[in-house]
Amino acid sequence: MNKSHPYLPNSVPEIKDKMMDELEIKSIDDLYSDIPEELIFKGTLDIPGPYTEEEVKTLVFSQLQKNSDFKCAPFLGGGVWPHYVPSVVDEVIHRAEFLTSYTPYQPEISQGMLQAAFEYQSLICELVGMEVSCASLYDWSTALGEAARMANRLTQRDILIVPYLISPQRLAVLRAYAEPAGLKVVQADYDKSSGLMELEDLKEKVNENTAAVYIENPSYLGFIEERVESIAEIAHDANALFIVGVNPISLGILKAPGDYDADIVIGEGQPLGNHMNYGGPLLGIFACRNDPKMIRQIPGRIIGMTQTLDGSKKGFSMVLQTREQHIRREKATSNICSNEALCALAGAVYLSLLGPNGLRDLCRVIVNRAHYAMRRVNELISVRAPLFRSFHFNEFTVGFEGVEVEDINKSLLNKGIHGGKILKRDFPELGEAALYCVTESHKKKDIDLLISSLKKILEAEE
Amino acid sequence: MRKFRQADWDEPLIFELSREGRIGFSTPSIEPGVRDPIGEVEDHIPANMIRENPPKLPELSEIEVLRHYLHLSQMNYGVNSGLIYPLGSCTMKYNPIINEVIASHPKITEIHPDQDESTVQGILEIMHQLKDWLLTVTGMDEGSFEPAAGAHGEYLGNLLIRAYFKEIGEIEKRSEIIIPDSAHGTNPASAAMAGFKVVEIPSKEDGCLDLEALKSVVGDHTAGLMLTNPNTLGIFESEISSITEIVHKAGGLTYYDGANMNAILGKCRPGDMGFDIVHLNLHKTFSTPHGGGGPGACFVGVKSFLSDFLPVPIIEEKDGEYRLNYERPKAIGKIKGYYGNISPILKAYTYTLSLGGSGLKESSEVAVLNSNYVAKKIKSIRGFSLPYSPDKPRKHEAVLSAKKMMDETGVRALNISKKLLDFGIHAPTVYFPLIVPEALMIEPTESESLERLEELISAFKTISSLAYSKPDEVLDAPKNTSVSRLDEVRASHPKTMCLSWRSYCSILKQQT
Repeated sequence: MNKSHPYLPNSVPEIKDKMMDELEIKSIDDLYSDIPEELIFKGTLDIPGPYTEEEVKTLVFSQLQKNSDFKCAPFLGGGVWPHYVPSVVDEVIHRAEFLTSYTPYQPEISQGMLQAAFEYQSLICELVGMEVSCASLYDWSTALGEAARMANRLTQRDILIVPYLISPQRLAVLRAYAEPAGLKVVQADYDKSSGLMELEDLKEKVNENTAAVYIENPSYLGFIEERVESIAEIAHDANALFIVGVNPISLGILKAPGDYDADIVIGEGQPLGNHMNYGGPLLGIFACRNDPKMIRQIPGRIIGMTQTLDGSKKGFSMVLQTREQHIRREKATSNICSNEALCALAGAVYLSLLGPNGLRDLCRVIVNRAHYAMRRVNELISVRAPLFRSFHFNEFTVGFEGVEVEDINKSLLNKGIHGGKILKRDFPELGEAALYCVTESHKKKDIDLLISSLKKILEAEE
Repeated sequence: MRKFRQADWDEPLIFELSREGRIGFSTPSIEPGVRDPIGEVEDHIPANMIRENPPKLPELSEIEVLRHYLHLSQMNYGVNSGLIYPLGSCTMKYNPIINEVIASHPKITEIHPDQDESTVQGILEIMHQLKDWLLTVTGMDEGSFEPAAGAHGEYLGNLLIRAYFKEIGEIEKRSEIIIPDSAHGTNPASAAMAGFKVVEIPSKEDGCLDLEALKSVVGDHTAGLMLTNPNTLGIFESEISSITEIVHKAGGLTYYDGANMNAILGKCRPGDMGFDIVHLNLHKTFSTPHGGGGPGACFVGVKSFLSDFLPVPIIEEKDGEYRLNYERPKAIGKIKGYYGNISPILKAYTYTLSLGGSGLKESSEVAVLNSNYVAKKIKSIRGFSLPYSPDKPRKHEAVLSAKKMMDETGVRALNISKKLLDFGIHAPTVYFPLIVPEALMIEPTESESLERLEELISAFKTISSLAYSKPDEVLDAPKNTSVSRLDEVRASHPKTMCLSWRSYCSILKQQT
C-alpha cells in the first residue's frame, strides 16, 4: 500500500522510518530476520481489498441482501427463538466501554462490567430459583456438556440420563463433552401419547452409577415436563444430581427449577435480549445451589461482591479463580476463558426492563398466541397439532398426513412464510412432522396468514 | 502525565433502584380474537407447574434502566474509548465501527439458524469466503467456525487428534499432549478435558522450546504438541520445522494456537511450519470486539487428512450455491449449537475486506514495529529488563520484567499495572507467562500511533522514577479509577463470599 490506512496510524512512511531509525533497522523485514528463509511466505495473500469503508458497506450489504425476507418472523425455535429486542438493550451493548473491553482482569478500572455481570448472575438466580450462577458459558448445549462433567466430578459416577426427546444438537454436543471424560449418556424412554419421560423406564435406568438425571423444560418438542417432582425424587433417591435445562423466558409463568429441587439449572439465554444472528453468539446459562462443594466445581468465570482494601466502598471482582484454567491449568474445572459476557449484559438489561410483571405478561401473550396457532392448525384437514397430549408453552409439533412436510415448507417459502423445523431426520417415528414456534413476534395476522397459506397448499395438494 | 479520572457514580445495584409497579418494557397486548378462544392462560399450564413465586426481578422505568447501565459503562474501559490497551496476548486492536454497523443489519440479526439453506445464501457465502481467506492466511486445507472462542477451538483440536488416533487404532497408547511451560492455561486445560495427559516441557534460556527436552518426552505415547509461534514471549520459534518434524516422526500431531497470529499475517503460515491443526481468535487478530469477556469467535483450520473429522456441518459451495453438509460419518459430532459465533464472523469478514491481503500483512508489520519500539524503550528504563534473548527481535508482543525494580524498591509488576491505570492506560498482562518473574506482557498492536506509544513509555518512566523516589505513590495506586484496590481475598473467602443479590440480602439479614 502506498498510502496510510485509516486503521494503521504508523503506516505513514515518515513515521515508520523514524521508528526504524530508533530500532537501528533498515526495513521491517529485519524484525522478521529470525524466521528461516524457507518459511517466509513468498506469495501475496489472495484476499480482495483494501476497500474503502463505503465500498465495504455496499459490498457486504449487497451480500446480506441474498438472505431472504419473510412476511413475518419464521415459525422456528428449538434452541434459538425470535423475540423482540428492546432498543435500550442494543444501546447499552454498543457502548464502546463495554463492547470493546477485554475480560476484567483489572477490576478497579472495570467495575462497570463486573457490576453488570454480578447483576446478570443475580437476575438469573432469581429467575431460575438458584443462589449461584456463573457469568456465562457459550450456549445451552455446551452448558449441558459442562453440567454433565461437573456432575461426574461431584458424584464420581459416570452415567448421565437424558430424555429420549432431547434436542439432537444438544445431545451431540453433550456426547462430545462426555465421551473424553469416560461419561456415558443413556436416554430414558418417553410416554408415546404425552411425550413425558417414562418414569418406570427412568427408575429402571437410574442406579448407583448415575451421576445425574437431566430434563428440558419446556422440552425440545414444546411440551411441559410436568412430573418434575417425581423425576427429582428418583434422581435424589439414587444420590444422583437433577439437572434442568430451560428456555428462561418461560420462567415468567412456569415454576422455577429451584422450586422443584433442581441441583443445576442450565439454559439458553438468547431470548433474553439477544438477536438470533443465525445462531451465534448465544448465551449459556449455568446456575446451581449454594453448596460449597458445588460452587468449587462450577465451570467458568464468577463475579463476586467485595469491598475496597480500605473498607470504604463496595466493589466487584472475579472470584474463585483457583477453579479456572489460568491458575489451575490442566486441573481446571473447565477450559473456558472467553465467555459470552456481552450477551449476559444484554440479558441483564432485558430482565431489568421487563421486571417480573413484564416477563409474566410476555409469557401470557406467548402462550396465548401459541395455543391460538395450535387451535387454528387443528381446523385444517389432515393436520394435527400438537402430536403429544400434553401442556405446551410456545413450541409444538405439527403432524401432516398424506403430504410430505418438505413440500409443505417449500410451498410456504414460496408464499414468503418460513414454516417450522422439519423433524423427520431426527425423529422419523413422528412421521411427517415439524416443530413450530410462536412468540410475541408472531401477531394474530401472521398466524392467520400461516393458516390460510397452509389451507391453500393442502387444497392444492389434494 | 494526563490527569485521568474515571467516572464513579457510586451506582447502586439495579435491585436497589426498584420500585413496585414500574416497568421498562411495553408488553404487546393480546388480540381479542386470540384471547377469546383460548381463555385463561393458566388453564393451559399444569397446575403444579405454574409459578407461584414470581421472580424477584427489579421494577424500573426505561430511563432508569438505561441510565444505570450507562453509568456502569462509564465505569469501564474499552479499547475504542480508552487511551491504549496494551494487554499482552489479547491483541486489543481497534474494533472498527463499520463492523458494528454491518453486523447490526436485520438481514443478519433476525436470521434463524434453522432456516432453509435457500434463504440464507448471503451469510453462507460470507462464511465460505472468509473460510477460504483464513485457509490462505494459515496455509491449511479445510476449516470450521463452530468453536465459540480460542479455548473452544483448542478443545475441538484435541477432539480431532483423538478422532484421528481412534481411526488408526492408536488412541489407547497415544495419551499425551506436550505443552511448553510458557503456554496459556487454556492449552493444558483443553487437552485434559479431551482426555489427554499433559506433559509440560521447559523453555530454554533463550525463551524458545527446548528441542532436547522435546525429544526426551516424545514417543509412541505422544498424541500431539500444542504450540504458539511466535511464543508467549513474543519470540519466533526459529526451529519450528524441526519441532514439528520431531513430533510427526514420533507419530504425533501438531496444534497451532493462533493467539499470536497478529504478528505474522502474510509473513509466514502455520501450515508451512508443519502444523496439522490451527486455530485463529477472530476477536484478537481479526478485530472483533471482546465484549468485556466475550463473545469471542474462532476458526479452526486443518490439513486435508483431518478434514473428515471436523464437526458438522461444513459449509460447501457448488455452482454458486452454498450448503451445509451434515453427511460426514467420521465427524466428531458437534461442540456447539449451530455454526459458530456468526455476528463476530461477519465483523471479521468486514475487517478482512477493509484491509485486504496487503493490508493484513502491513497490519502485522506495524504491530511488530510498535512492539519492538516499546520493548526497546522500556527495557532501558531503570528497574526493567527484557529477559530471554534481549537482543532478539520481538514479534507482536514483548514480556518485560520488573524483577529488578521489585528487588530495589518493593514496587512489583502488580503495582506498576495499577499505577498505569491512574494515567488512563490499561495495564499490560501481568504475571504471565509464568517463566518470567514480575512479568509485564505488552502488546501495543498496530492500532496505536507513535504518540500513544510515547505516552505509554513516558508512563513507565514516570513510574520508574516514582518507584525509586516515592514508592508509596506507586504502591497506593490506583487512585483515579472508579474504586481503589479491592479486597480480592475477601471476595473469595467462604465466610465473606457474596455471589448474587440473594446472598447479599441474606448477608444483610444476618447482620441486622
